[in-house]
Amino acid sequence: MNPFTNIPQQVEDVLEKWQTPRRSFLRSAGLLVVSFGAAGTGPLVTEANAQTGTATQAAGPYPDIDFHQLDSWIVVHQDNTATFYVGKTDCGQGTGTSFRQLMSDELDIAFDKTTCIMGSTDITVDQGGSGGSTAMERDAWPMRRAAAEARRVLLEMGSAQLGVPVDQLTVSDCVITAKGDPSKRVTYGQLIGGKRFNVALTGANINVTTGVAKVKPVQEHKYTGQSPQRYDIPAKVDGSLKWAVDVRLPGMVHARNVKPPFAGAKLIGIDESSVRGMPGFIKVLSKGNYVAVVCEREEQAINASRQLKTSWEKPAKSPFPASDDLFDYIRKAEPTSATAPIIVGTPDTAFASAPKLIEADYEIPFQGHTAISPAHAMADPSNGQMTVYSNDMKSYGMRRGVATFLGMPRENVRVVWMEGPQGFGRTAADDAGCEAAWLAKELGRPVRVQWMRSEETAWDTKAPAFAVKMRGGLDAEGNLVAYDFNARALDYNHVGYNEPDTVLIAQLMGVRKANPDKGSASTPSEMYAIPNRRMATEVVSLPLIWETPLRTGNLRDPNGPQSTFASESFIDELAAAAKADPYEFRLKLLKADAKDDSAFRRARSIAVLEAVAKAYGWDSRPSPKPRSTGNILTGRGIAYAFRGSTIAAEIAEVEVNRQTGHVWAKRLVCAHDCGLIVNPQSLRHTVECAMLHSLSRAIHEEVRFDTEKVISVDWNSHPTLTHADTPASVEVVLVNGDPNPNRPDLPPYGAGETACKPMLAAIANAIYDATGVRLRRLPFRDARVLAALNGARV
Amino acid sequence: MSNTTLKVNGSMHTLDVDPSTPLLYILRNDLGLRGPRFGCGLGQCGACTVIVNGQAIRSCITPVSSVKSEITTLEGIATQGKLHPLQQAWIEEQVPQCGFCQNGQIMTAKALLDKNPNPTDAQIRDGMNRTLCRCMTYYRIQAAIKRAAKTIAEASPVAEKEVVA
Repeated sequence: MNPFTNIPQQVEDVLEKWQTPRRSFLRSAGLLVVSFGAAGTGPLVTEANAQTGTATQAAGPYPDIDFHQLDSWIVVHQDNTATFYVGKTDCGQGTGTSFRQLMSDELDIAFDKTTCIMGSTDITVDQGGSGGSTAMERDAWPMRRAAAEARRVLLEMGSAQLGVPVDQLTVSDCVITAKGDPSKRVTYGQLIGGKRFNVALTGANINVTTGVAKVKPVQEHKYTGQSPQRYDIPAKVDGSLKWAVDVRLPGMVHARNVKPPFAGAKLIGIDESSVRGMPGFIKVLSKGNYVAVVCEREEQAINASRQLKTSWEKPAKSPFPASDDLFDYIRKAEPTSATAPIIVGTPDTAFASAPKLIEADYEIPFQGHTAISPAHAMADPSNGQMTVYSNDMKSYGMRRGVATFLGMPRENVRVVWMEGPQGFGRTAADDAGCEAAWLAKELGRPVRVQWMRSEETAWDTKAPAFAVKMRGGLDAEGNLVAYDFNARALDYNHVGYNEPDTVLIAQLMGVRKANPDKGSASTPSEMYAIPNRRMATEVVSLPLIWETPLRTGNLRDPNGPQSTFASESFIDELAAAAKADPYEFRLKLLKADAKDDSAFRRARSIAVLEAVAKAYGWDSRPSPKPRSTGNILTGRGIAYAFRGSTIAAEIAEVEVNRQTGHVWAKRLVCAHDCGLIVNPQSLRHTVECAMLHSLSRAIHEEVRFDTEKVISVDWNSHPTLTHADTPASVEVVLVNGDPNPNRPDLPPYGAGETACKPMLAAIANAIYDATGVRLRRLPFRDARVLAALNGARV
Repeated sequence: MSNTTLKVNGSMHTLDVDPSTPLLYILRNDLGLRGPRFGCGLGQCGACTVIVNGQAIRSCITPVSSVKSEITTLEGIATQGKLHPLQQAWIEEQVPQCGFCQNGQIMTAKALLDKNPNPTDAQIRDGMNRTLCRCMTYYRIQAAIKRAAKTIAEASPVAEKEVVA
């Protein structure tokens, strides 16, 4: 058995192609940061697996890869192909293809001659995996600079070989040619093929890593700005891709968790005899309130975990209020923390003199990740090491978390990143990784663990619930002169990524972080010039903060959809009170000041807002429109926001069924400015899907619970967007609103999350336009909408 | 445990398994297939979809002993090394984000097109409605189904004859 057959196919291909394992290459090249003993000089040894006598994994240790070495980033092969090694993972947006485009451009190699390897901790540098939409904005920069440096070094080598000065050479698709004499040529493969550059890079940290060479002006890029197809898609549609769920190792066993039936319950006893005779039963493993059943086969583990008799003691007091009482609870709770208010002008004075005051309260429930695949991981403890096969978007963090959790040296742990379900933030993949590793260490053999649907939907991390109170004051001409934003988020003890003291298994085992994360709420992200403004945020806590299914963690654009739902709904309410067109009302607020910031967010906000109105064909009138007769009421709504330096404005056109309360978003338009666009098609699809993700949050998603447990546990009790909900038309307009759109250093900004932000308010504003009814509580399920329509006698 | 014989993508397999075992685990863990995947175990999401007797079925809730006809999985719809028009359309439309659910989307779409080669938008929405995608690629999936339907119609010998006639 090839010792490498349990790592991703694309990695496998590269290793086979080279004939030399990557790690041997790195090791012989001295590219591993070796912190101990004789490691780094020995041959690659594969030891026998104790259970099966079969080799399962390359022997460790697995030292860090040195990002200060060019060879850690790029290998150019004899056949004029290249492999790029990047410390990123992809959550489904096709970032690997975009990295290849940028790096191919800087290296001067044909795009289709390159491969990108991502995110496995023992063969790629640590760029942290994914998060914060930083792929293009931050992490592509060291990749570009490394590729530019490789090109510079190759040109110098070519110069020496050909006896022609560098400035007399041109390079195209790996071929270096003397400008005056085309017969003088040499290829990258001839110069370096398969050998090491041995070139050191500089930079205080990985994000600023650089060589001597400068990157090209973006106008000289050939592939950047084009839309080559994503390389990962064919294997995803023909069934050949080996996903993290597909890893199978000799001697492996299957585990399933048994979760507490009530939040905060204490395990009193386990009756192992209830499962001992079941087929394939191996063991019940338990510590504290963590319980797992291990069996030979997957379905056996599922059956045994359901059959296992356990007894639990309920907590003395309710862990949380029922979801129906959540917002009363939030409003009455004593905050655990508050930020100092951001104050512009003199809001109190302005409110006191404003002739028209508007107030509104908005309510956003807990919403979950509910990944399409429940959390899973495989861990292999052979050779005294620990290898975790995972789709976790932060594989490097998982390595650190697992090492600390198990008390193992980090060098003895590696995480092999493989494709999995979407990783829009802190999913339960983090938890499954630590669970698999702990179980594997206890059993001394490879363990695969997977959560069941009910576990995932009930126990994954949640986006915090928000209650937002807003006030606005209009002057006699309908100008917004005073503004007050107060957000309360249920976010105390927000869990981070792969933290050994907050992953669920650690919590259940009784581990407690000394200082729980204080959590956060967020303020609106817009460039409106409002003369008197106050914005404040507070965090409140639920009674139970540990071992709770209502633990909060980052979900795509953390807190952005919640605060923007409130702020952009409220701007619409103000526009309606001023009898102004909601698009023009916003544009006026943006243009009320000429000051801009270093990313030109004001100019770009104006450009984006104008672009979305133009693409939609917006006609000027206040909302709501005169209500039509008939069952179906139609309306349009607009909203805008930025995230970081990326701007999005969205218009939704909805149909509201007066008889059923059903809302269908018939048409969505987004204008989006994220600076330099690397792959327009990937970008469009990412933006489309981000809009639809927030549409799902707007009309379907809510975590429901009673005073003991989460009761939304599957796709019936926790509905999501479906094919039937899909708009008839989804349009994305890509905007470059930079005041100097052709500047050679136009930077790319992040694009994975911004489009999530405005959609919830755009839908609410469209429903208001159609019906004259303002919905301030998410989600807009049929029953809630119908009740509101009936209440307003629509 | 008892012997169960399955025909999958043209090949016969005899396995000694508990007859109540859901088909999904046999396909994945015994036959090593990667197309059908576990999403819910409840027949609600469709990630585990395979085709039996022309019907898209949810292998996560189908006991292996109940399957008497040939099973077709995502790996089995390409012919002679050529991708099925749906798979080709999925690539041309660049449908997937993460791609985890796309087995169910493609297999459900195949059963739909096999029965109704020229579905309306409403029929596509209806026929696909119980197949979930949490990356929300629905808009692209629907476009890809229409593209594939067109490709299949253009390649159909019947259609060519009609043109000739």
